[in-house]
Amino acid sequence: MAKSNKPIVWGLFAAGGTISAFVAPVMILITGLLVPLGVFGEDAMSYERMTAFLSHWIVKIGLLGIVILTLWHAAHRLRITAHDFGIRNDSTIAMGVYGFAGLFSVIALFAVLAI
Amino acid sequence: MSERQITFEVLRYNPETDDKPWVQTYAVPCQEEWVVLDAINYIKDHLDTSLSYRWSCHMAVCGSCGMMVNGEPTLSCKAFLRDYKGNTIRVEPLTHFPIERDLVVVLDDFMEKLTSVKPYIIPKKEKPVEEGEYKQTPRQLKNYKQYTMCINCMLCYAACPQYGLNDEFIGPAALALTHRYNLDSRDGGRSQRQEVVAQHEGVWECSFVGACSEVCPKDVDPAGAIQQMKIASTVDWYLEHLMPWRGK
Repeated sequence: MAKSNKPIVWGLFAAGGTISAFVAPVMILITGLLVPLGVFGEDAMSYERMTAFLSHWIVKIGLLGIVILTLWHAAHRLRITAHDFGIRNDSTIAMGVYGFAGLFSVIALFAVLAI
Repeated sequence: MSERQITFEVLRYNPETDDKPWVQTYAVPCQEEWVVLDAINYIKDHLDTSLSYRWSCHMAVCGSCGMMVNGEPTLSCKAFLRDYKGNTIRVEPLTHFPIERDLVVVLDDFMEKLTSVKPYIIPKKEKPVEEGEYKQTPRQLKNYKQYTMCINCMLCYAACPQYGLNDEFIGPAALALTHRYNLDSRDGGRSQRQEVVAQHEGVWECSFVGACSEVCPKDVDPAGAIQQMKIASTVDWYLEHLMPWRGK
């Protein structure tokens, strides 16, 4: 039997899992709690400051990395969860979840590069 | 020694006379310090000589007395009665395997999978005896020692939901042993084993439920071994596809 091609999606899943576990909580803490509470000042995340921040290519790569990898992690996780729930239509599920992740990866790419 | 009356609900199946498995109950006067296997031996010796089951060492070394005890894959020689509240204990053959008779399951599938991963040292280079032994440092031994503890009791296969869904899956114990030989500094057989490991039915059928590691009576942690092999197989995949000139 041939070797599986699953490493492509599993690689993204594993990398995304690490990001989701270590970076996502920090992002939520900063953007969802600390900034709205005014810990970093009034205009910490103002439009001007954020566009200036995101104009640097390292920041762009970092943000894209977080968004895209988390998307692919979620997609693969949902596929496995569907499998665990006894849904046997794996190829349809796979196309759906990876299609979603792929589409929004492209959208994220264009959105970030447009800044 | 105090005595405790326990009812054992034992799954019976004789392929020659029974259409399907059925449950027989036995009232067993148990000693407090007994394990489930002691009670089954009591049934065999005093109540019903026709009951079939496997056992040998009675000390969690041989791996032959694995059964479902109250629905959990367990070595019956390690299942102390004092850990079971209530007066009824249900004993069934390991799930996910065909029943040979009563509590005895058919091992063929596991044996086939175990041989398919070549669980033995394949030296990088065969050397004549005169050149001496293949040496190993304590640190190199420590690398894989945990995975040598497997006693092939197959509790992990009974616990694995993925094996239950798809019995083509190579499964926890065979993969943990693959990892054991791959990690051995004297071994050079990893690329041969990868032909099985990197298949869809190899590590990729695992969804990291982790039940195998929970039921393992020897703390082998097959789930951990499989995840490590997933990472290695992923690195392999990228190297093979992005740098094909490197060869396999």
